[in-house]
Amino acid sequence: MGAAVIVKGLKKTFNLRHSHSLKETLVWLVKGRKGDLTKKFDALHDVSFEIQPGETVALLGFNGSGKSTLLKLISGVILPDQGTVRTKGRVAGLIEVGAGFHPDLSGRENVYLNAAILGMSEQEIHEKFDDIVAFSEIEQFIDTEVKFYSSGMFLRLAFAVAVHTQPDIFLVDEILAVGDEPFQRKCLAKIKQLSDEGRTLVVVSHDLDMISRICDRGVVLSSGTVQFEGPADQAVAWLRERN
Amino acid sequence: MSNSTDTYAVPGVGAGLLDVYRRRYLLKLIVRKELRVRYRGSVLGLAWSYVKPLVQYVVLFFALGIVLRVGDQIPNYALYMFSGVIVINFFSEAFSNATRSIVSNAALVKKIYLPRELFPVASVWVAAVHFLPQLIVLLAAALLSGWHPDVMQLFGALLGFIIVAVTATGLGLLAGAINVFFRDAENIVDMLMMIVTWTSPVLYDWTMIRRLAAPWVLTIYQLNPITVAVELFHWAFWYPTVDQPVELPPHLLVTGFIGLGMAALFLVIGQIVFRRLEGHFAQEV
Repeated sequence: MGAAVIVKGLKKTFNLRHSHSLKETLVWLVKGRKGDLTKKFDALHDVSFEIQPGETVALLGFNGSGKSTLLKLISGVILPDQGTVRTKGRVAGLIEVGAGFHPDLSGRENVYLNAAILGMSEQEIHEKFDDIVAFSEIEQFIDTEVKFYSSGMFLRLAFAVAVHTQPDIFLVDEILAVGDEPFQRKCLAKIKQLSDEGRTLVVVSHDLDMISRICDRGVVLSSGTVQFEGPADQAVAWLRERN
Repeated sequence: MSNSTDTYAVPGVGAGLLDVYRRRYLLKLIVRKELRVRYRGSVLGLAWSYVKPLVQYVVLFFALGIVLRVGDQIPNYALYMFSGVIVINFFSEAFSNATRSIVSNAALVKKIYLPRELFPVASVWVAAVHFLPQLIVLLAAALLSGWHPDVMQLFGALLGFIIVAVTATGLGLLAGAINVFFRDAENIVDMLMMIVTWTSPVLYDWTMIRRLAAPWVLTIYQLNPITVAVELFHWAFWYPTVDQPVELPPHLLVTGFIGLGMAALFLVIGQIVFRRLEGHFAQEV
């Protein structure tokens, strides 16, 4: 059995200044393409690693180190400029909790929509619906429009949908910061359960204590390159030393 | 996204419109969302899709049929005009909403990978949902005028509908993708939609163009897929109610299939451009 995620020689460059006007671009073209229309910024540079099935891996680093970009590349939201990403099995990318939620739809409609966005079939959603609602503990408000939810209720429902999608690879960005203490414990238990079921988890978080508790391995990024790769507690220690 | 566990997938690279078919349940939910969101907090709700075209139609009919007397040369002018107007309404709603669809779903496009073709296709679908009540009104009006179509004419109407839907999807994919990089696209499309009513025989008939223009201009005019669809609708809903001799454009069905070919070509071009640009959507939108 091969790796679940293979990342090879990844490079991603962003344009810093965006030109959204046809006029500006035409002027630039007419002037013989003098100068760069946009400034460039390397978000990731030559990043390679592999993640084995069933592993729980944390992507670590300070703000702007390229963690979220890397997660977006693995989920396919953006494509690399160089290098390759390969994944095996169903991927559920949670770059932001509740990204697919629409404020004007009810909780129920949002569960269906979001679960379908994350790749579940109609039948799977029907089967899991009650579990999702029960996990979120907001049964009472499930037919209320989401715009009337408190932020805690919103995150609970969004997280509940995400953990019930049964992906082979689960990508999560900062979602461990959801809800109150009891709900957080419940989320962590659920994540542990997913990982025990043999699912692969890739986590981005700034909560270093939590990472050293739940992750097997850590990949530390800095200025878009991999600086350290090893057991989670060592990775956390490595990062703390440079703080 | 692939369900197989023994082969590697390249994230972010899908099968285009084929993926839309594979995930048609999601398409259904997105269409439902669009319809729900469109009429949030409105008392009339979907009834607005009757009221708006009706008002527009009454204005046009009054101005052209009664004041300018265009209708004197076309028998059953009210029905003639309505069968063309609903085609144009369908096309312009589908095309202009598809053009905006990627940008207006930016929150999703940026955060989660899903086949982005879903959004333009959903826009066309929503327009088709709005087209349905207008078609029912047209059928009622035709029946009142003694409508008795044959099978070929009904087939012609279906062909016309497919041509418009496919053209709108193709052009919507193209303009929707370009709109991510240049928001000028939506303004250009709005401008085109102002013209499109007049570049097809909706308010007048094709013989008026024949009288004015050179034969090759007329040929180009008649090859416009929207013109093809409008003429097919005339053939299906208006022509059977007319009891005096009128001149239909020649070779309607042949032009119909050419129109379908053109629509398919637009779809292929739209899909190719969309796929080439799709990789940059999340970072540019």
